[in-house]
Amino acid sequence: MTLATTQNHHRMEVDTPLRTLTLADYRRQREAPRREPPLPSLYPAVPRQGQAWGMSIDLGACIGCGACTVACQAENNIPVVGREEVKRGREMHWIRIDRYFVGPSENPRFLFQPVPCMHCENAPCEVVCPVAATVHDSEGLNLQVYNRCVGTRFCSNNCPYKVRRFNFLEYAGGKDESIQAQRNPQVTVRQRGVMEKCTYCLQRINAARIQARTTGRELRDGDVITACQGACPTRAIVFGDLNLVDSAVARAVSSPRSYALLRELGTRPRTTYLSRVSNPRDDGAGEDR
Amino acid sequence: MSEPSASPANAAAAMTDGVTAITLERPTGMGWMVGVAVAALVVVLFTAALGYLFMTGVGIWGINIPVAWGFALVNYVWWIGIAMAGTFISAALLLLRQGWRSGVSRFAETMTVIALVIAGLFPIMHLGRPWFAYWLFPYPNAMGLWPQWRSALVWDFVAIACYVVVSLMFWYLAMLPDLASLRDRARRRGAQVFYGLLALGWRGEARHWQRHESASRLLAGFAVPLVFMVHSMVALDFSEGLAPGWHTTLFPPFFVAGALFSGFAVVLAMAIPLRRIYGLQDHITDLHVDRLARLLLAASLVMAYSYALELFGGLYTGDHHELAMLENRMTGIYAPAYWTTLVLNALLPQLLWSRRLRAREGVLLTVSVGVIVGMWLERFMLVITSLYRGFMPSDYGTFYPTMWDWAHLLGSLGLCALLFLLFLRLLPLLPMFEIRRQMHEEDPS
Repeated sequence: MTLATTQNHHRMEVDTPLRTLTLADYRRQREAPRREPPLPSLYPAVPRQGQAWGMSIDLGACIGCGACTVACQAENNIPVVGREEVKRGREMHWIRIDRYFVGPSENPRFLFQPVPCMHCENAPCEVVCPVAATVHDSEGLNLQVYNRCVGTRFCSNNCPYKVRRFNFLEYAGGKDESIQAQRNPQVTVRQRGVMEKCTYCLQRINAARIQARTTGRELRDGDVITACQGACPTRAIVFGDLNLVDSAVARAVSSPRSYALLRELGTRPRTTYLSRVSNPRDDGAGEDR
Repeated sequence: MSEPSASPANAAAAMTDGVTAITLERPTGMGWMVGVAVAALVVVLFTAALGYLFMTGVGIWGINIPVAWGFALVNYVWWIGIAMAGTFISAALLLLRQGWRSGVSRFAETMTVIALVIAGLFPIMHLGRPWFAYWLFPYPNAMGLWPQWRSALVWDFVAIACYVVVSLMFWYLAMLPDLASLRDRARRRGAQVFYGLLALGWRGEARHWQRHESASRLLAGFAVPLVFMVHSMVALDFSEGLAPGWHTTLFPPFFVAGALFSGFAVVLAMAIPLRRIYGLQDHITDLHVDRLARLLLAASLVMAYSYALELFGGLYTGDHHELAMLENRMTGIYAPAYWTTLVLNALLPQLLWSRRLRAREGVLLTVSVGVIVGMWLERFMLVITSLYRGFMPSDYGTFYPTMWDWAHLLGSLGLCALLFLLFLRLLPLLPMFEIRRQMHEEDPS
């Protein structure tokens, strides 16, 4: 029996999406941080006023357990599509765990990389949508407007991270009452023919904002915990306001380990990663962290 | 015309009699009946398959993430390419005053209109929620929303809409005097009313001719730039994207050349059997066939150059995503599509350099059918192989067509066949008034 898997065996291309540093590399970088200058763009820079939501994922901490994927699925009413659809490449996960092997094939090391929507500041998905169903909000969120989407799927083709998910069939419909009752009432259930993707748990952001307003205070760091972040047992995922000085996410982004996935495309993602630092033994027999 | 005629006026009348007789007098042949029956059956199945698609969703096709575009887009680009040549042959050659065009212009234009209608179906079928297709159209609405003008899909929508309107008008306008000829020669009441209505009261006054002439040229003037515009827009649907293999400035001219290429092939593949079946060798002469073959060869050279340039462009960037895409295209699981495309589109038409081979109908038919298939494979290659391997290994996927992908492709072919067969039986096959004018110009006595 073949397994319905979402991660297959492929050669890793030249630019590894998952970056690792040796301890020596890391020390060098910390001493003399090499900042990559921003790439040129024809579009004006997105002003970062108010909240500028961002996420940082520590690849050194990720153990690939998949709790974030499951938590996201529960939080955001993501349909379970079943084995046949997964085999066709139609899983709906808004955050997936990419898996890489390093080292000898008989005893490789496993490296994991959770990939949600990058909420690119120069989002390639937005320019190609003919009906403006995917747009940016003032806080840097890349939004998907379900009831405007006509389903051309150009946005997914133009997403270099392939984090967009499409309701190829009526995945959410026709379920029995127990499933309907289990749904999160704060999140729209999507119709067939509509694109969807990670929202940075927009409903939680709004809930936190309302909570802050009713208690008459500003949003504080840690007020918004995304579903994936809350479920992560190793606290690999940090989310918050990049404009807030000394917020956890702003600190993470300023780390010398921080990097953007497929940076060369100039998408300026709001989701960034912290490279995995390892301290391999000189004889290459393994990793001693 | 088979009989020798005493005077040019008689010759023109005899020609008109002969061509109108194909529509009015010729008994409905068994071949035509069988053809229509088969085509109608396919259209019925197509309708059922469309119904199932609209009820169930595009998930019945083999598309997925990452290959979110599949046969629907391949078929769309292919059909719209076929729709190009009719207008090009008619309008461009009309403006260039190439009299020889009249033999092939009518059915080439008809092919344009039919292919365009079919091509227009696919983008709607392709949508996740096809009932909202009109949201691409800029109309005042309660949502206060316009289309998103930066998207090439909107430009494409506008271009196609213009092209449908202009090519329909061009086709119909050019047919008016001939419809009047049919009306005047029809003996049965039903036919008289049918063609009478279609002829819109054409009486052949000098005023009519003068206006007809200027309107034709005006529409031709619109149509020729549209031919180039429409296919450039189709190309931008791809080159606006950032996927390696799509993101290239080569695409607009490359797509225009490809469209004309497939269009010429279709016209050639139809001209050869048509003139046999309807005995039109006097009107669709060896000269026509030879010129079409030369045009096909010229377009093939442009295609070969484009394939080479595409390769060069990828190599020249030195970008490893581009290089990986080229490698996947040539050696990946869809490599057969790439190599077959090259053989059918770039290699096979080189036979047409030989004057001797150009005179052989079998060779011409083989080459042009090869080109039609090759162009479909090329579209497949462009759409699929740029999508199935993305920027990261976790983006890799495959696309395998399901039975429904094939059903919609075959169904569209059936619809084309049905509409074309109806045209053969119901409408004037040749632009008689133009042929009459040409006869007059050649021998004005």
